[in-house]
Amino acid sequence: MTWGLADVRVSRGRKVALAGVTVPVDPSRITVVVGGDGAGKSTCLDVLVGLLDADTGVVRRPAKERIGYVPATAGLYADLTVQENLDFFAAAYRMSGRERSQQAAQIIDRTGLAAARRRLGGQLSGGMQRKLAVGLALLHSPELLVLDEPTTGVDPVSRADLWRLISRAAVEGAAVAVTTTYVNEAARAACVVLLEDGKMLASGSPEDILRGVPGALGTARGIDRPTALSWRRGASWRIWAPTGRLPAGVRPVPPDFEDAVIVAALAGMRGR
Amino acid sequence: MDILAEADRVSMRFGAFTAVCATDLVVKREEVVGLLGANGAGKTTLIRLLLGLLAPSDGVVRLFGSPPSIATRRRVGYVPQTLGLYAGLTVAENWAFTAGAFRNSGALVPEAFSAWQHELVGRLPLGTQRQVAFAVALSHQPELLILDEPTSGVGPLGRVRLWEGIRQAASQGAGVLVTTHNMEEAEQCDRLVVMADGKVVARGSAAEITGDHKVVEVRCDDWNRAFALLDASGFPVQLHGRGLRVGGTPTAVAGLLTREGIDATAEIVPANLEEAFVAIVAKPAAG
Repeated sequence: MTWGLADVRVSRGRKVALAGVTVPVDPSRITVVVGGDGAGKSTCLDVLVGLLDADTGVVRRPAKERIGYVPATAGLYADLTVQENLDFFAAAYRMSGRERSQQAAQIIDRTGLAAARRRLGGQLSGGMQRKLAVGLALLHSPELLVLDEPTTGVDPVSRADLWRLISRAAVEGAAVAVTTTYVNEAARAACVVLLEDGKMLASGSPEDILRGVPGALGTARGIDRPTALSWRRGASWRIWAPTGRLPAGVRPVPPDFEDAVIVAALAGMRGR
Repeated sequence: MDILAEADRVSMRFGAFTAVCATDLVVKREEVVGLLGANGAGKTTLIRLLLGLLAPSDGVVRLFGSPPSIATRRRVGYVPQTLGLYAGLTVAENWAFTAGAFRNSGALVPEAFSAWQHELVGRLPLGTQRQVAFAVALSHQPELLILDEPTSGVGPLGRVRLWEGIRQAASQGAGVLVTTHNMEEAEQCDRLVVMADGKVVARGSAAEITGDHKVVEVRCDDWNRAFALLDASGFPVQLHGRGLRVGGTPTAVAGLLTREGIDATAEIVPANLEEAFVAIVAKPAAG
């Protein structure tokens, strides 16, 4: 693990925000932290970038000026234009004139914001704002790029653009940590950490998580819920049998990543 | 009558801007219809037209066979993206308020909510708030449910629970219209309608919409360089585990990589729904 969290515990008052969470973030790789609202995703990133101290555990991060961080709700100035945002961030990173114009041109090109240079940040569409925010965090070519839910509420077309931008940073060497509520985005990652209620439900490569599904999975049609460990997939049911013995009439199916995530969440609940 | 909601060549213009253009949409009993589109495609305007919150510039909207009115509104359950709950009221108070508005005094707060029915809605986690909004919208047994991004921000188990509720409502006879940006959620729907620039550009089951769309899967050791090269050359490329998925033809993709001395295999594979969706809406509206 070059950067990241190892067995980190954070409590807020009596509430445990993170209960021994490990999030490895390595150069040229994307780590995705998946979970719902309140799972502890933002807390992980706050600890990673140094906004919050861990009670126990190991946190590794590069020097502050080598980090690019976009929080879930901001990352740009709404009352500055796209160009002014770029200039402001470049000045904050103390970039030289030449480096500044080179990098800004590249960011404008990669975010597709050339025609929007003179528009105010706050007047851009949601998807364009997120692209600009990620672009601003990339301006100084950080070693560690940390993005809190960059794609939440963003439509699939802008989401594809954002992921191209993020992936390009990774293939050029950055270590990238991204949080998301969209399970299918985890398939793009080298490393996935599933979080719920501050606890790790599963972690590893998407293939590891798929291989790690215990027991058997099946499908059946019908109106009534077949077993307590069943959930809807379209008009049919998915049935998970931790023991591997599916009820009669249930057709076995190989789990996909979505199933694996739900099984991990169900297993986590049973474990409590 | 099986058709609950119907938009018949409906258009909505705001000044010179056409938000919805000659659009048809039908929601029948017992079915879950997914309404997909990029932001600004016209989904929310179409929903507002169906609810009767906007009057169409052209075309006809029918709810239960009549033009939208207060009487038809009583038969609709609607959860906007912003949930439509009062954050400063408790769960029980929100429940009572909606019951009052729908003159439905008999509806009791569900037992599942008893532990926190006296909590302010604004203090509950988002997933719980969404569950409450959904239950409130169902409390007057609507025949038509309209849900705008119902599970945005909700974790996997919360999402599974909400979809169980949606499916149960449909199996009991309701028609459901759901907007979503989440393709796993879209795959839960019986039928999908895809909008772009105010027009319907595709409709059918998830499998029908994915249809013949293909992407090129690239496998190579030097995938970092391959990605950078394809991206810089304007190919819509995405990381996918250890491989790359690219829009375009295998000949063009393989040709570029070979010219740059990258040893790779390029193979045509079926696109997933998200890839097909992006390909469909990224095309000019005429396509």
